[in-house]
Formats: sequence, structure tokens, C-alpha cells
Amino acid sequence: MNLIEQIEAEQIAELGKKIPDFKAGDTIRVGYKVTEGSRTRVQNFEGVCISRKGGDGIAGTFTVRKISFGEGVERAFPLHSTNIDNITVVRRGKVRRAKLYYLRSRRGKSARIAEQTNYKPKPGAEA
Amino acid sequence: MRSGVIAKKLGMTRLFMEDGRQVPVTVLQLDNLQVVAQRTADKDGYSAVQLGAGTAKAKRVSKAMRGHFATASVAPKRKIAEFRVAPENLIGIGEEITADHYFEGQFVDVCGTSIGKGFAGAMKRHNFRGLEATHGVSISHRSHGSTGQCQDPGRVFKGKKMAGHMGAARVTTQNLQVVKTDAERGLIMVKGAVPGSKGGWVTIKDAVKKPTPDNVILPAALKSAAEEAKRAAEEAAAQAAAEEEAAREAALAEEQAAIEAAEAEAEESTDDNAPEGGEDK
Repeated sequence: MNLIEQIEAEQIAELGKKIPDFKAGDTIRVGYKVTEGSRTRVQNFEGVCISRKGGDGIAGTFTVRKISFGEGVERAFPLHSTNIDNITVVRRGKVRRAKLYYLRSRRGKSARIAEQTNYKPKPGAEA
Repeated sequence: MRSGVIAKKLGMTRLFMEDGRQVPVTVLQLDNLQVVAQRTADKDGYSAVQLGAGTAKAKRVSKAMRGHFATASVAPKRKIAEFRVAPENLIGIGEEITADHYFEGQFVDVCGTSIGKGFAGAMKRHNFRGLEATHGVSISHRSHGSTGQCQDPGRVFKGKKMAGHMGAARVTTQNLQVVKTDAERGLIMVKGAVPGSKGGWVTIKDAVKKPTPDNVILPAALKSAAEEAKRAAEEAAAQAAAEEEAAREAALAEEQAAIEAAEAEAEESTDDNAPEGGEDK
């Protein structure tokens, strides 16, 4: 392990975030800290995870897509951001792609994702 | 003016701050950074320190440089650089500089050799816009276009921006903020990018375009000074512990004496009065 990797591993350990096991196709709810003036509250953003980039490393990000008032909204979050309060997996999806960018051009019925019924948590990882 | 340091660029990463900010940082490492020689006004006409960093195999160092390192009695260094300093900020030969030299929030200038791009066209080298994609332009879409006027002056002016060798030049990035330092591992993290590739050598100096902060360490953050401070702290701690021990012993002795006195008194009282009273004590 080189020094940069070591620094990143240390930082991940120091941040001590619990990141659930999720992948593209899963419906997730992200609690994101919003600061308004001096007050902070947690805002939920729930939608389909359409991409994960950068693995589990410090530079990892994921993109969540939802349809808000008939308009598609996408938001990319850094996986280890200190602004993320929590991430919960709402539904496990069954998909055959790592990046679900094709959902952008689909609406309604064709943009559905089948639920994965036989989800097995990764060995050693907690759900 | 105090000395700068030589550092090795390890690469870039990001830091997540408590307030939710994420800061892109370049990690720079001080590797066996020692003073190799001094330049003094008497001898050389100016005052500076020559620093060396890294470790080089003795057999790969030229005989002349081996002799130079031998006179300073330091191990052969991979990279050597000179820093102009004020005469009062000269550092002793052989002293090792630590990453505490810079504090968090301080602005520094980082100087290195940029990544070479080879022979580059005018678009890449000077951000020219090239020629049109259509409207009769053929073959020369990325050319630089006209280079001057007509029969008068009848030549191309010197310094005209054209295609040529790009990169692999000495570049200074000014006013980078130090985000974090780690003296144990000799790491300095500065916000933003630094010229050069990973593993390249850079020099760090206090920013010239910012006022010198009051709390910089003069002449430099030295390992010997840190060790001295540590030893002093340890000694002080040991002395404090010894004093505490002595105080406790004294207290114990006093207590013992008090008990003895009480016993003696009790004995006396038993002699005088009823036997039940003395047994409790």
C-alpha cells in the first residue's frame, strides 16, 4: 500500500461512516445535511441509484435519479461526504448494467426496474 | 527571509472537512531533508542554505558530490537545492527540517518541473482557437493562422506564439494554502495542484505575495529542536512525577507519624482510663 492509499484508508476509518451495500438499480434514500443560516436539518433524496463511480475509495461517488413533479432530477453524492447523514436501501433492483444512463430517455412503464428477490448480502458486509 | 524545503510529490487526494467541505489536496513528502552546506556573505557574497533530500546510492553519486556530502557528514542525497535566507536564519549543517516548518492555513509557493508535452501545436500550447471547421478550410483546422503583416515589416516578429516544445519547464504555483501537516511522516498537504508528476521533486517556500505570518518558525522547524523539546518535556514530566512521588511519600510518612502519635496517645489513654476506649483506634 503506498502512502496515498494509506492516507485515504486512514481518513475513511476516521470518518467512520456506515455505508450500506448498494449498487446501480437499487432504490436508496440519502439523508443530506442542509444548512439554512445557522440551523442544519436533514433533507431526504430518494431515487434510483443509476451509477457508482470510484469504488469504495475516498473519491467514490454515486448518482441518484428521481422523477420530481414530472421532471427527472439527478444528484451525484460523494460516498464519504461529511454532509451525508445516512444512506438507506429502500429496494433492491435487478439490472444488467453497471450504469443505468438509459433510464434518462425512458418514462413511466419502461423506466421500471424489477425487484431482486434473492438478494444475498456480501460475505462480511452488513446489509 | 527563512529557508524553504524540498519535497517529493506523492500524488493527489481529497480531504473531507467537518463542515461538509471537501478539499482537493496534493500530498508532498519531506524525505530526509538535511542542510548540506551554507553560503555566507563573507565567503560567497550572499547567504543561503543548501538542502538535500531523498537518499541516493553512494556508488551512483559522483566522486565530487560524494566529497561534498562527506564534508557535511550527511548521507548522499538525491536532490539538492539552495534557498536564500537572511544571515540570522542560517541553519547548521546536518540539521534535519521537519514538516512542522509550515502551519495549517499558511500560504506557500510551490515550484517544480511541469509534465512534458513534447512538440505541441498552437491550440494546445497557447490556447489558440484554430481555424473554422467548414467555410472552405481544408487540412489546416488546427493551424495557428496568420503570423504577421505584409511586405512591411516583411518578417515575423520575435516571440510570436507558435507551435513548439511544451512543458518540462520550471513552473511556480503561487499562493497555495497548507491544509494539513504531519511531522511524523513528513507530510505537507497543500490545497490544489502542484506542477510536475508523481514522484517529482518540488520546492516549497513561504508565499512571496502574502505578508509573512508572525508565527512562522525561525530559522526552521528542526528535528533536533523537536527532540530537544521532547526530551525537556519528558524531563519535566519525570521531575513532576518524582516530586509527586516525594510528596506522596512525605504525606504517607506524615500519616504514619500521625497514626503512631494517635496510637501512643491511645495507649496512654488506655493506661489512664477504661480499656474499651483504646481498642477502636
